[in-house]
Amino acid sequence: MTPAQTIKANLTELSRQRANRRKWVLYAALLLVALIAPFLAYPVFLMKILCFALFACAFNLLLGYAGLLSFGHAAFLATGGYYTGYVISQNSVTPEVGILIGTFAATVLGTFMGVLSIRRQGIYFAMITLALAQMVFFFYLQADFTGGEDGMHGIDRGHLFGLIDLSNNLSMYYFVLAVFLFGFLVIQRTIHSPFGQVLKAIRENEARATSLGYNTDAYKLVAFVLSAALAGLAGSTKTVVFQLASLTDAHWHMSGEVVLMTLVGGVGTLFGPLVGAAFVVTVEHQLSQSALGDWVNVILGLIFVICVLTFRAGIVGEIQKFMKSNFK
Amino acid sequence: MKTMKTVLTAAITAALGVSSAQAQISDNEIRIGYLADMSGIYRDLAGPNGLEALRMAVEDFGGSINGKNIRILSADDRNSPDVASSTVRQWVERDRVDMVQGLIASSVTIAATRVINGTNTLGLVNGSAASSITNEHCTPNHIHWAYDTYPLANGTAAAVVAEGGKDWFILTADYAFGHALENDVRNVVEAAGGRIVNTVRHPLATNDFSSYILQAQASGAQVVGLANAGGDTVNSIITAGEFGLTQAGQSVAALLLFLNDVHALGAETAQGIQLVTGWYWDMDEDARAWADRFYERTNARPSMVQAGIYSSTMHYLRGVEATGSDRAADVRQWMAENPVNDMFAKGGYVREDGRMVHDMYLARVKTPAESSNAWDLYEIIRTIPGDEAFRPLSDSVCSLVNQ
Repeated sequence: MTPAQTIKANLTELSRQRANRRKWVLYAALLLVALIAPFLAYPVFLMKILCFALFACAFNLLLGYAGLLSFGHAAFLATGGYYTGYVISQNSVTPEVGILIGTFAATVLGTFMGVLSIRRQGIYFAMITLALAQMVFFFYLQADFTGGEDGMHGIDRGHLFGLIDLSNNLSMYYFVLAVFLFGFLVIQRTIHSPFGQVLKAIRENEARATSLGYNTDAYKLVAFVLSAALAGLAGSTKTVVFQLASLTDAHWHMSGEVVLMTLVGGVGTLFGPLVGAAFVVTVEHQLSQSALGDWVNVILGLIFVICVLTFRAGIVGEIQKFMKSNFK
Repeated sequence: MKTMKTVLTAAITAALGVSSAQAQISDNEIRIGYLADMSGIYRDLAGPNGLEALRMAVEDFGGSINGKNIRILSADDRNSPDVASSTVRQWVERDRVDMVQGLIASSVTIAATRVINGTNTLGLVNGSAASSITNEHCTPNHIHWAYDTYPLANGTAAAVVAEGGKDWFILTADYAFGHALENDVRNVVEAAGGRIVNTVRHPLATNDFSSYILQAQASGAQVVGLANAGGDTVNSIITAGEFGLTQAGQSVAALLLFLNDVHALGAETAQGIQLVTGWYWDMDEDARAWADRFYERTNARPSMVQAGIYSSTMHYLRGVEATGSDRAADVRQWMAENPVNDMFAKGGYVREDGRMVHDMYLARVKTPAESSNAWDLYEIIRTIPGDEAFRPLSDSVCSLVNQ
């Protein structure tokens, strides 16, 4: 290696280290904000944001990294919620066991839906997931244990591990934050692993990935199931927070809402869905209590149109682009 | 010096005495939260005009009670129990709201009443249909005011059979609500000596009802009962109108239909339909007088839900005035002890399960020839006395009954 090359290598190494350090500083700052947030804002509202953020992150894993637009993710959210609610109210299990069971139920459903739907791409994939999710919706509408359109109510928050009383909003918040961080780290690890690289390769050019010897269907299925499981985790946690599970979660509107959150925040970015979920939930919350209450749907529609027309990379995506071109 | 001390002590005691009397109105303000669908399918039923009815009640009290300001907060529930639950929780825990009004979709209402149960907040339910709200879901913190499905199903079916409609065909929405309604109608019709010729079930939110209406026509039943709600009912009525069901001699009985739906359908399409309502704007002098004031502000005639919002708010505020307290338990007790006599109900009373019992009315939609304007839609055929209309307490599974 010539001296010039060595210097250059050292420099790249240095800038990588610096970027890495910046990243960890950012993570630490965000964690700090998350830890003190419940003292500044209303905790139940923050928990709602975290649950939807986890849901959007799970969806983004599929759309942003595997390039699969699922229109049926509401089914996983609802399945997680209903099964968690059912075992907590019927078998009085502790919340963490309830959440595990709910997540498992969503995983099973995800495997089944995944096997059927990943055989097709693009619009056909979206339509198959939508159709299957509609079947799930009508199942929950008719099934006795869900309470139909009245929903499942009065689910006890209970004691975490039988010890910590979750009826206190602060302890509930930190538990939800822990669940969210777990889900978020799973996704972070997944997309930065060789598995994640293969997913991106499939997203960019599936035929080429196949020709390189990758079994693309298997990769897509694993990504689908993982995404379904995390969506189920979000639904289960949400049920414990709100003490109810309802058809709203199973309705296709919910599948549409998660697309909106992900697009506004930034598809294929790690923090995009978090920002998007916080943005959409806050806008809905603020507008529905203001004089503009009747216009919530119109305004959300406008935001979607503006997002798609002017900043297609989403909020986080545009910030990243800006940083890249100005502070390289 | 000593006198100074006595004076001071007296002053402090007086001040404390005054403040403890005032403390009964929490935060020195009576806060009312209006939670309803402002942008979705139930917008016309309650929505912004319901908020207007609430404002009318507050204005009739001059905006304050004994110098304590009355403040109104409002929120769109987006027909989602999640939104309802988090909004009401925030109102109770952070904004310290004393009364929650509106409450439309049953899922929203049940979610909201679970949150306020055991707090110092009172819920006044006006929009919801489900009779379970004062049955298995009853709490000491809410009152169900305007109507529920029990008189809708029982009243309509009993009245129609009594008038000779013995053979029934039932069109049912295929989910728990529709099944329950179908069951209620079946029991009433068979008990009254009628017969169910056939039933057919349709999925929720169906657009094309022609095959179902053709089956109803072919069944030869005298009465076609619609055990569905909202858009499904409206669509089945439109289709029945297109196939000339009523012209061919069959009659249609809607089990859950509101004035605003009939207004949207028009007398031409909806003529002859029989239904039960908790209130009608043109039913007596008091109702008309209030409906005229409402019309001046909104350019629409009030539905029974909007009238219920006004009536229940007035009764609540009278309770606050009389008891000098905005604690749910105090006002709830006053509301139960004092009868409701206003533009909505005469001799209405609140039962221990939270049901406000009042007369219901069997109405028939007028023909275009009988109807003098776009809101002149019902002819009241019969009054169903309150004690016959609602579910008797002996059938109640509510935990507050017979404790």
